[in-house]
Amino acid sequence: MSETGTPPRERSGMDRLRRALKSPSRGQAVVGVLVGILAFAAVTQVRLAGKDDTYANLREAELIQALNGLQAASRKAERDISDLESTRDQLRSSTLRRTTALEQAQKEVQTLGVLAGTVPATGPGVTITVDDPKNELSLNHLLDGIEELRNAGVEAVEINDRVRVIAQTSFEEDPDGVRVDGVVLKPPYVIDAIGSPDTLAGALQFQDGFTDDVEADGGKVSIKKADRVGVSVTRTPVKPRYAEAVPGQ
Amino acid sequence: MIAIIGLVVGVVLGLFLTPDVPLSMEPYLPIAVVAALDAVFGAFRAFLDGIFDDKVFVVSFISNVLIAAMIVFLGDKLGVGAQLSTGVVVVLGIRIFSNVAAIRRHIFHA
Repeated sequence: MSETGTPPRERSGMDRLRRALKSPSRGQAVVGVLVGILAFAAVTQVRLAGKDDTYANLREAELIQALNGLQAASRKAERDISDLESTRDQLRSSTLRRTTALEQAQKEVQTLGVLAGTVPATGPGVTITVDDPKNELSLNHLLDGIEELRNAGVEAVEINDRVRVIAQTSFEEDPDGVRVDGVVLKPPYVIDAIGSPDTLAGALQFQDGFTDDVEADGGKVSIKKADRVGVSVTRTPVKPRYAEAVPGQ
Repeated sequence: MIAIIGLVVGVVLGLFLTPDVPLSMEPYLPIAVVAALDAVFGAFRAFLDGIFDDKVFVVSFISNVLIAAMIVFLGDKLGVGAQLSTGVVVVLGIRIFSNVAAIRRHIFHA
């Protein structure tokens, strides 16, 4: 120490401290260097321990513990995933069912729409032109023709591109020709019918059938088969007033 | 006085240099710090007792750090690194406490 000249026994520790603080010595420099190294290392270690990579300086047992914790967490996450996946599958299958039902319903709407005359239709069929130059044909001739077409499985019929013929269509006599569903039609009558062209044509042309009848009474019939006949007239559907659907059917 | 300046300089250097400790040194650094702390407190106590010697301090400082690091190294090799380093920290902690108690008696006479 610096105060080698004075007997150290008589001085207290505090006196020595005070003196050392006031008068630096060579020995203190060594102490300062070492204490500086200590401080440097301590600060580095504090910074290291405060770093975020929590697993870097863990030991085996601690790592195993951390691993167990992570495994439990991942098991829980996997359970959650499978739960959510089953929920998703349920939702997907119910959506699929709904979509299928919707598609089916739409298909049914199309089918029923063709039959009820609410949608335009196209397909193979025949175009029948009935001319009446002498004005001698009656409504019965036309009704016979429509009836024969129905028997032959016609699916959509329109007359003169003006009236769609469906189950409820009415036919009346009119001085100018015929009145179909309240629309007056004059000859020549052009009937577009969708169905099997051969069956439809055959149904009209058999011996003593529609064609023969009309021609016997002075009319003229021409039947043209076509791969594509358009029935473009539509009707607005009418809600039945008296008939009700039987529920559950 | 110089000791305090050294302390401050060390802290500032550590804060501003932010040195990267090699991975192989990482387990030994905390134990070495605790061992050095013990040496410093021991030296301070000896200083207050009037029996301080810089040579003794330097030797005890370095040997404390080396022995602590060696114990940890040995513990790691034996597979009881965690327990042994805990033991070293406990022993050094007890020594630091008793040294601080002696220093306290000197300074506060209590």
